[in-house]
Formats: sequence, C-alpha cells, structure tokens
Amino acid sequence: MSLDTVKHAAETPDVAQPWKELGLKEDEYARIREILGRRPTGAELAMYSVMWSEHCSYKSSKVHLKQFGEKVPVNDAMLVGIGENAGVVDVGQGYAVTFKVESHNHPSYIEPYQGAATGVGGIVRDILAMGARPVAVVDPLRFGAADHPDTKRVLPGVVAGIGGYGNCLGLPNIGGEVVFDACYQGNPLVNAGCIGVMKHEDIHLAKASGPGNKVILYGARTGGDGIGGVSVLASETFESTGPAKRPAVQVGDPFQEKLLIECTLEIFKEKLVAGIQDLGGAGLSCATSELASAGSGGMRVELDTVPLRDSSLSPEEILMSESQERMCAIVEPQHVERFLEICEKWDVIATVIGEVTEGSQLEIFWHGEQIVDVPPRSVAHEGPTYHRPFARPSWQDALQADDAGKLARPANGAELREQVLKLVASPNQASKSWITDQYDRFVQGNTVLAMPEDAGMVRIDEKSNLGVAMATDGNGRYAKLDPYTGAQLALAESYRNVAASGAKPLAISDCLNFGSPEDPDVMWQFAEATRGLADGCLELGTPVTGGNVSLYNQTGETAIHPTPVVAVLGVIDDVNRRTPVAFAEEGQLLYLLGDTREEFGGSAWSEVVHGHLGGMPPEVDLGREKLLGEILISASRDGMIDAAHDLSDGGLIQAVTESCLRGGKGARLVVPDGLDAFTFLFSESAGRAVVSVPRSEELRFNDMCGARGLPVARIGVVDGEEIEIQGEFSIPLSELRTAHEATIPALLA
Amino acid sequence: MTARIGVVTFPGTLDDKDSLRAVRVAGAEPVSLWHRDKDLHQVDAVILAGGFSYGDYLRAGAISRFSPVMETVIEQAKAGMPVLGICNGFQILTEAHLLPGAMLRNNHLHFICRDQKLRVENAETAWTSDYSAGQEISVPLKNMDGRYVADERVLDELEAEGRVAFRYLDMNPNGSLRDIAGITNAAGNVVGLMPHPEHAVEPLIGTGRTDGLGFFTSIIKKLVNA
Repeated sequence: MSLDTVKHAAETPDVAQPWKELGLKEDEYARIREILGRRPTGAELAMYSVMWSEHCSYKSSKVHLKQFGEKVPVNDAMLVGIGENAGVVDVGQGYAVTFKVESHNHPSYIEPYQGAATGVGGIVRDILAMGARPVAVVDPLRFGAADHPDTKRVLPGVVAGIGGYGNCLGLPNIGGEVVFDACYQGNPLVNAGCIGVMKHEDIHLAKASGPGNKVILYGARTGGDGIGGVSVLASETFESTGPAKRPAVQVGDPFQEKLLIECTLEIFKEKLVAGIQDLGGAGLSCATSELASAGSGGMRVELDTVPLRDSSLSPEEILMSESQERMCAIVEPQHVERFLEICEKWDVIATVIGEVTEGSQLEIFWHGEQIVDVPPRSVAHEGPTYHRPFARPSWQDALQADDAGKLARPANGAELREQVLKLVASPNQASKSWITDQYDRFVQGNTVLAMPEDAGMVRIDEKSNLGVAMATDGNGRYAKLDPYTGAQLALAESYRNVAASGAKPLAISDCLNFGSPEDPDVMWQFAEATRGLADGCLELGTPVTGGNVSLYNQTGETAIHPTPVVAVLGVIDDVNRRTPVAFAEEGQLLYLLGDTREEFGGSAWSEVVHGHLGGMPPEVDLGREKLLGEILISASRDGMIDAAHDLSDGGLIQAVTESCLRGGKGARLVVPDGLDAFTFLFSESAGRAVVSVPRSEELRFNDMCGARGLPVARIGVVDGEEIEIQGEFSIPLSELRTAHEATIPALLA
Repeated sequence: MTARIGVVTFPGTLDDKDSLRAVRVAGAEPVSLWHRDKDLHQVDAVILAGGFSYGDYLRAGAISRFSPVMETVIEQAKAGMPVLGICNGFQILTEAHLLPGAMLRNNHLHFICRDQKLRVENAETAWTSDYSAGQEISVPLKNMDGRYVADERVLDELEAEGRVAFRYLDMNPNGSLRDIAGITNAAGNVVGLMPHPEHAVEPLIGTGRTDGLGFFTSIIKKLVNA
C-alpha cells in the first residue's frame, strides 16, 4: 500500500476511510475533516480515533467531572491540580506527594495476567512522569461471584499479574481491596494506584516548550501490542460474538520498567528534562499531541526513527501502539548527550525522534514524507463533548422501597453466633491474605503498615519519620441503592481508614467504574455519584487531585453496580505514632465511637444471610466523619489509643474479629444501653470506629471525646482467647480464625 | 576502624537500598557497587541483595553471575572475603558455584511474602556469630523461586559439616529440601539465604522486629576485630 501523505490526502478527498472500524462516530469524522479542511491521512485518522476515544477524551464524563474543579475546598496542600498526569500535594518538610488510581478493567478480563500487570506499569509511569519516585502501590479489585468458575480464571491471573509485575519493580504493595459480586461477572474491576514522592522543586510537567528542544523517546522498542487498546477495548461494551480482542491487550516487561524508573530518576536528579510524559493509552499519539498541546504547539517528529520490535509495522500502527515501558522527554540540546549517557548506563534504548518547533502544528514525517499535519490541541484537548441524556432509573424507587429492615433477624444468641461465623467466613468478609501474600509489601524498607491494616503507610523521610498513608474504598452495593450517598460513603470510609491509622487526610483520587454512558440509567448513576463526590470533597476539605473514569463496564444490557472507588491520601508527621488495627494488649478497654442506628440497607449481613440488596444505604454525616477523624488523629498523636479499626461493611463484629485475630487476643463485649445485640453487631452506620484504650488513658480519652462532642460507649475489654458477647454467645478465636482464613484458599488455591 | 561493606546493584536489583540501610543501621559504612565495575572499592565484605536481576530471565541469577563485578567477587570470596547473598543474591551465589545446590520455583507456584520463622543452625559463620546456635528468629520471606534443592550426597555433606545455616520453622514455605533456608561454604565466609534479614533491622518497619540485625552486627564485629 502506498503511503497516505498529507499531500495525497488533500488530493483525494473522496477516499473511503475506516473511521467506523476505528471507533469514531460519523459526526466525529466530519468534525476531523472540518478541523483539517481536508480528509485526514491514515496516520491522522489513527491519532484522532485513539485520542477521541472515551478512555482518552472523557467525552461522556467531562461535563460531570468539571464539578471537581468547581467545588474545590480551601486547601493549601494542593500544588498541582487536575489535568496533569497526576495531582500533587504538599506533605510538609519540603516534600510533595503525587498519587493516582486508574482502571485496567477491560484488558484484565480479556487477558488477566497481562491486563493487570500493565495496569500497574501504567500507573507507575504516570507517577514517574510527575518527577516523583514511586514508593508504593495499591490495588482495589472486584470480581464476579467467588464461586463462579470464571472467577477462578480471572482472579488468579490478575493477582499473579499484579504480583509478577509489581514485585519485580521493587514497589511495596500496601493496600487495596478485593470484592466479589455477581455484577462484576464478565466485567472485573482492576484498579491500580501508586504513590510517588519528590521535593517541591522537582515537580515535572508534561509540556513541550522551547523551539529547538529535542524530543527523546526512551525505554522499550515499539511493537504491535495494544494497538487500539483505548478505542477498541476500553470504550465499548463486550459482545460475546465479536472477534477476539487479545491483540489489543499490551504485554508487560517489568524488568524494563524497573530500568526505566531508575534511569528516569537519575535523569531528574541531574535536571536534564524540560518536559516529560509517559506512553500509556494511545501511545505516541497521546504523548506527542499532549506534550505539544501543553507547550507552545509546534513539534516535528521523524516517525521512522522510532526503534521497533517488528519492522513491518505501518506508521499508523506505530502511532497507535500501546507497547509498554516507554517514556517521551523534551530535552534542551545541551543536555542530550548526558541524557543518552544515563540511558546507556541503564541499558535503556533512547532515540531523538524529533524536536520542538516554532510553529503551532504537530508534524510527523515518515522517511521524509509528511503524514501528519494537525493542530495538537484539536487532538489532545479539543475532543468531542457529549451531553448524554440521563434519568433516574424507573426501578430505583422500588429498589429503595425494598427495606432491609424487614428481613428476618436472628432470634437468639445461638442464631447470632451462627450468623457471625457465616459473615466472617463469607468471601467478601474473609481474610484476603492468600491474595495479598503474593505481593511484596516489605521492599524499599519503609513500610510501616500494609494490608490488612485500615490504611497502608510508608515512611518517606528516615530522619524526621515523616510518612504518608493511603486507603482505597468503594461499595457498589451502597452506590446501586443511592449513587449520591454511595459515592460519599466511599469517600467517608476511605477518609476514616486513613484517620484510623493516625494520618491526616489531605486529598483524594478517584476511579469511577460504571456501565455504558449510552444508557440513561447508567448516566444518571454517574451524574449522581460525581455530584455526591464533589459535594463530599468540598465538605471534608479534601480536593480531588485527579483520577480516571472507566465506562462500558457492562455485558449486553447488564451494567455493573455503579462503583466509584476513592483513594484518600494522608500525612503523618511521625510514623512512630501510627495506629495499627491489632488488639494486642490484654486488659485494654474497647470503645465504640460514633452513633449506631438500625442501618442494614446494602449491608454485608443482608447479603450473606438473605442474599438481599434493597432499601437505603447508611446515612452520611460528613461533619461527624471529620470530627471522628480529628479524634482518631489526636488520640494517636497523644498516645491515648493503641489500636483502632474503622467500622464499615460487616459492622462492629467484623472489625472486632479482624482486630482480635490480628493481635491474637480475645475480647469480652457488652451490648451498650439502648441497642439490641443484633444492631450492635451488624449495623453498618457510618462515622464509627472501635479503639483500644490503655486503662491509664481512659479518663483523658473520655474527656477529649466529651469536650469535642463525639458520642462514645465503653463496650468491653481485650481479654482471653475468645470473643464473648455477654449474655448472648462466645466463639473461640481458633474457630473464628478457621472460619475467616479458610474461605479464599478453599475457593481459589 | 569502620568496616566498609559493599552492596552490588545489578539491573533489576530491588533490595539494594534496604541492604545499604541495614549496613548503616548496624554501624558500618555502606558502599554502593555497580555490576559493570570490576573494582570493589576497597570494601571488606560484599552483599548481593535481593530482587529480580535481569528480570530473572533465563533463570534467577543466571545472567548476573557473568557480570564484571562478579569476576572480582568470586575471586575474593575464594580468597576469604565475606559475602552474603540474600534471596536473588543466594541464587546468584549458587549459579556462581560459590555455594552448592540450586533454587527452583516454589512448590505451590505462587510468589509468597510472609513473616517467616527460622532456626539459626550455624552461629559460627562470618554473618551469624552474633546469634546462638538453635536461636529462633523471624524475618520476612518473599520470593518466587525459593525451593532449595541439591542431590542427596550434597545435602548429607552439608548436614554433616554443619553447613546448613538456617532452617524454616513451623512451615516450609516453598518446598525446600530438608527445610533448608540458607547455607554456608566450608570456610564460613560465604553465606546465602532466601529470607530477608535486611527487612528486619528497625522496630517500626516491616514486621516490627529487629531479628535480622544480627547478620550485620556479626560481620562488623568480625571485620573490626580482624
């Protein structure tokens, strides 16, 4: 086939082009022709098709996402906001932290190992591209029913992929979640988060300015993998009859990524780059157009200089390839030699592929002939915007009216006991250590807390003991019942988890996983969830620094539960003051903080015991969450508590079971006045935590809570080798441990 | 004098910074060594740290063993210089034939990361003299290819000569023969083990114990008293 040059395109306006096969709509294709004043070349069409995909352009979601920029709380910590590769927050002592959560859902269903592995690789490069050293990763995961045969294909592959890639990079995996629900059958959610640390002065932004500066592509060679990943995979619904999509999944090489990280950090240290961008979704199309668009506009690239793994690739394929472990840097001419030297030291291939130019066009050449001549903003930032119709689903009222309060409750202590054991052994509430033990949580030697703690925590300064913490949470069941409240509950839980570890929550990143935006029901869920999250962040004072939207998580007509996952980042001045979840000291007093109401809608109990989903999720009171957070942080700082565990799905009994098993100590609990045993144990009211208080601190702790107006109740003591609910039942720790720890290996090992 | 202890970085080494930190925490001077550089920069001892050097491609440790720095390490180790191989470092030492046997994929085929209990069987090597024989310690274990194997003759020889330095306790995490977690050469200067003592040198970090610190204080005492 002859080369489709710009000149040729201008001369042959009527050539039929495969815009539809590339995922573009008719009006989008017409708009490209209008922008260019001619038909696009094959290479230009390839670029627009990937950059205007849902995944890259956020065309369905951005009208809602803009609230995150409009409802911004007053917060001095924000250094770089939404729009860059990842947001940056100030954590004090001259340090800045960047963090982000992204989805790799669709590839992970098609090819679990590589899909999950490259999800980790991609988020790590995003963080690196901000100028930060990646210090930890987290993985919120959701799968179909735990006992479904396909879960046994997808989950082990995903876990092995995350481990295989992350472990080889040398980044501790410190947190995340594993959730099972039949709604994720066929649409597993594989979200990956990363935290990076830098000094304020080292922040790097993705822009290409300064005519004459060189464009250097470095890292792995470009191959034929992942072509059209963003447009073909991430932006459409799976059909059972379509062609195999496996070639659209990228293949990762973590060893290459490790070299790329070390090489890039050395390059940063010598201040050799003017701008930098990682190559992820949409590959070179994205990197060149975004760098040029954010800079002065002009860039000239000689595409035939790109090192290839497969010499038969066409220019279109090179532009669309999502081969992993590649970065693109803008380097002043005097630094090029040193830049290449450092790459050589780390055995990383680096090639000058072009330069920044005076003009305002992105121009790409292939063996001297021009194949791309576009305004880069039109590719990167001026993609289509959709105002998709949305409407409250017709079934929403009936769902909310199906109150969980009417479900049959346990009649006596024996039934309570039986349901407690059933709850802690259920796949969602069971120990996930079979999974998390496949991840390295110790590497780098700075891990202070890791799963199953409430939040992961790493030390970032060895002298001052400054640390950062992160938790990720989401509850699709709550969000299905009420997306606005569900999103706020995800935010509240993640915030509470960080505070329970002793760290002060600063900012959030989100990963918004939903069904098809072409369905008005789903669009309503999305609109409600984003509104809830934006309002919640405003009230809690935690800005959204960035994140990711994953749509089309549905098979046929059936969408997943709306699943906003929220990652909260916190800071702790001295990691010695961190609070673990383990009840480890006999005789310490257990206090329940917050109000417990009869709230069972969307609860773990309603699912495990009755297979029920209906009613309203727990009420949200963000003012109360903030107060609870302040109390937990003060109590940790001043040594008033030795352990804390947030209360969320599974309620008090789940939290107490986890804390007892972690510490190897039992507990004797008394049902407080005004509550029945069932509500006390299983309610999922938000804004609560259980803490372990040394007897010497009891007075001081009570005084503090009283003075600040937080309701607290003394509910028991750490003691013995069983969990006893006075007057109701008791269960030996050994029996609880077996129930809690045997489930996941039995299903998956 | 302050002991100078080198830590080699190969492409793909991950726990080099941790090992350098452990050396510092124990009170010696840490020295970074680079795989392409044959010069050991006057260090008194060398640590081959954990990780996935060369991505563990081909076979764990198989490529690193041929790197320029290893030429000198092998030569010096044979001349008596103390060398500790941790995890991937242990794999490199067996590939370099400084220690007998080999490491295969864990018998359950998964990467495993856990707090592992060990018994110190030989407290007379350069790296274990601060422990007592029979002492039980707990340090993190994390690997994919940790199943120690050797033929019966070699295993019997190791046992007979007291060269099994560490054994797994409570559970064998990877199917290693005779629960072997680490071994020493006959001279006691070269020691290799799969678990990670460098992750257990500070009370707050990792498992919250400092059971691994003894490796580093042992070698410092030996070097300073030498």
